This record gives sequence, structure tokens and C-alpha cells, in this order.
Amino acid sequence: MGQKGENTMSKRVARLGIFVALAMVFSYIEVLIPFSFGIPGVKLGIANLVVVTGLYFLKPQDVLWISVIRILLMGILFGNGVSLLYSMAGGVLSYLVMLVCKKAGLFSIVGISVVGGVFHNLGQLLAAMAVLQNENIVYYFPVLLAAGVVTGALIGMLADRIVKAMKTQEYDMK
Amino acid sequence: MNKRDVFLMAGLLTFAGLSYLLLIKGREQTGNRIVITLDGEIYGTYALNQDREIEVKNDNGYNVVVIEDGQVYMKEADCPDQYCVKQGRISGRHESLICLPHKLIVEVEIAEEDGAAAEDAIDSIAR
Repeated sequence: MGQKGENTMSKRVARLGIFVALAMVFSYIEVLIPFSFGIPGVKLGIANLVVVTGLYFLKPQDVLWISVIRILLMGILFGNGVSLLYSMAGGVLSYLVMLVCKKAGLFSIVGISVVGGVFHNLGQLLAAMAVLQNENIVYYFPVLLAAGVVTGALIGMLADRIVKAMKTQEYDMK
Repeated sequence: MNKRDVFLMAGLLTFAGLSYLLLIKGREQTGNRIVITLDGEIYGTYALNQDREIEVKNDNGYNVVVIEDGQVYMKEADCPDQYCVKQGRISGRHESLICLPHKLIVEVEIAEEDGAAAEDAIDSIAR
């Protein structure tokens, strides 16, 4: 991919659009999978596949854009203003922590995804405590933490396979 | 997956377990009343020993909270995710039903004095 100037920019825009669409489809599929324990905030987080995988193939700021635009659009389409706030807090916090962990090079993609899952839940929990002005929500912390580890690990293992498959294709989009 | 990933997961799960033990375990007493908070303000307090149906409405939407056989559950809500309805029946202290999009919380408590629960029951009848 040696093109420069406008060509690169339009490619980048098109690519972002495709990944946002993919992430939105994942968010939508999520609803169809019965993986809810009836605890607010506990879900598989399939859309994070795009974010985790993206950290290995895209520019970091593009991954943030994909995540933020996905959350905004899903919030406008299917949620309301308040639920958008929780998702955004979780999405941005988990992105930042994953990026730091990736740069630090301590963990493999599974560990990074676990950290992402945990901080996604933590971000939502903190946003909920702030919005609802209720500190008793902290009682959800142990369950949300454990759930973040489990879902993060599952997504991480899937992302690992995707990254490996993409690497054999020598697929680099930076 | 490398060794550090495994340590990370084990560490986080241990921390989750410890925080569960510290925060929740051993405190699972059955409550005797519920407090409904809407948008940061107390909407009402209701005794758990009295079956009733409470409709909560605000600009965000509406919810139907039901007290039945000493337990409380969310019967209906017009929120998109329906987590509050799926949470099922609760009756333990510190347990709560939360409808995030509506900023609604139903918390189970133990009234400090024995008389308090009865008083609240009268209050809520007056309401």
C-alpha cells in the first residue's frame, strides 16, 4: 500500500466506514445471543473484537474513532441519551487502558482484551455511580469485574485467531 | 496467550472474589423494605411484607415495580435493554434492581427500628 496523498486519505475514510459498519453489526448480533445474567452491563462485547483486532492493524486514533462512532450511532439508533453516556465512558476508558497495555508490551492479545473487558465494565460502573448519584451500585463491582475477565478472555481468543489469519495474508493497513 | 496473561486473569479473578467476600458475603440478610430512587431523588419507600404494584413514570420512561411474597421485581419497563426486568426477584439487603436508561434504582434495605417498616407501610398507603 504505497499510495500517498488524497488516495491514502480516501482509503482511510472508506476503511473506517467499513469497520464502523462491522462493529455496528456485531453490536446488533449481540442482542440476539442469550448471554445475559440479568445484570446490567454484563454482555459479551462482540463489537470489541473490532477494537482489539484494530489495535494490531490500524492507527490507534482510527481505532478510537471506530469505537466512538459505533457507540454514538448505536446509542442514537437503539438507546437513549443516558445509556449512550454509560457506553461511551466504558468504551473510551477501555480503549485508553488497552492502548497503554499494548504499548507496554506486557500481555498478549488475550491479556489486552481482558484488560479492555474489565475497564469497559469499570467505566460503565463509574458512569452509573456518577449519573445515578448512588454509591450502592458498588455492590455490582465483584460480578462486573469477574464478568469482564471472562468475556474479555473469550473475545481475546477470537481476536487472536483473527490477527493470526490476517498476518498470514500480510494484511497491513497502517 | 502467555504466562503474564494467565497471571493477570488469575489476579483479577482473585480480586473479584476478595471484593465479593468483603462487600457482600455474610451480609445477605433479608431486607424488610425497598427504596425507589428516580433520577437521584427518593421516589418512595415501601414495606416488603405487603404485596403491591408501583408504577413509576418520568420523562425517561415508565417502570412497574411489584412487591410479592416479600420479594421485589421489575414487572415491566419500556427501556430498550430490559436488564431490570431480567434481573428477577430480589429480597436481600444491598440488592438492587437498576434501570440505567431511566435512572431508576430499587434498593432493598433493613429499616433500623422495628417500627420503621410499619410506619413506612402506612406512609405508602397514604400516598
